[in-house]
Amino acid sequence: MKENEIQDELSTIRNLMERSSKFISLSGLSGILAGVYALIGAAIAYRFIYSKISEIPPDFDHDLTKAFFYDGDIHTATLFLLSVAFVILIASIGTGIYLTARKAKQKSQPIWGNTSRALLFHLATPLITGGLLILVFISPGYYGVIAPLCLIFYGLSLFSASSFTFTLVKYLGLCEIILGLINACLPTYGLLFWAIGFGVLHIVYGTIMHFKYDR
Amino acid sequence: MKVPFEKLDKAFENRLRLQIMSVLVVNDRYDFNSLKELLDTTDGNLASHLKGLEKEEYIVVHKAFLGRKPNTTYESTEKGKKAFKQHLDALEQLIKQQKNK
Repeated sequence: MKENEIQDELSTIRNLMERSSKFISLSGLSGILAGVYALIGAAIAYRFIYSKISEIPPDFDHDLTKAFFYDGDIHTATLFLLSVAFVILIASIGTGIYLTARKAKQKSQPIWGNTSRALLFHLATPLITGGLLILVFISPGYYGVIAPLCLIFYGLSLFSASSFTFTLVKYLGLCEIILGLINACLPTYGLLFWAIGFGVLHIVYGTIMHFKYDR
Repeated sequence: MKVPFEKLDKAFENRLRLQIMSVLVVNDRYDFNSLKELLDTTDGNLASHLKGLEKEEYIVVHKAFLGRKPNTTYESTEKGKKAFKQHLDALEQLIKQQKNK
């Protein structure tokens, strides 16, 4: 066996090990776009909330949860914010699936195979748990927990799914968890933390991914 | 110093066998069809090499049914993992020696 033959053999092996156990078709661009959507959504939510707050007397405690109660129109407000969040979620997932499918084709990796199934399963378990928990907390009116719980459970999802894809996802997950925990100590800044976690961090992650793996 | 060709595992002389093994070492289990797709090979070719690896006791076969469709999955044994690692080490040695020449 010649040296370059062996090298060739080894690189095939390395490639197979990676391709069979990790889903490497995640697109960086979709991360950037998801971040942009989240920032737009946060801006809409911010305008909405603070247009309500301006109606309240200046000596009023600027606690967002109380501001809602003051306005008296808590259900409309919640419904509006939830639908904004829902639209962002759908747009992000849609973009993600489209761009990932395109990249999977390029890499000739099946989009629905062993690895993507495992990835999705490990992603969905903490995410759905968190989503249901948030719904449970919303109904008696604990709005302050939404942002930190979103961040923490999303971080946990990424962390648990990261063994089936790039290591970078693990660090993104850890950052989201840390951000969520800090947010839990400062519940009035929910929207700000939400914007950093889902907007800024996604854009940073997407940019790194894009330049490292997309080309 | 002599090149340690004898350290290379005869069972891995075939490329496809080595490739099968590399997939099974990093995955708990892998099914026949996914393996076929990943390695871009034919049914007969893949089956015969899987049989070869099974004979060496490097892999074990799990036969199950998904509804009515047979679903055969493969798993690498400890012996197989060890042999795979030794084979890679031997390949590495070969490269090192050729560089030193």
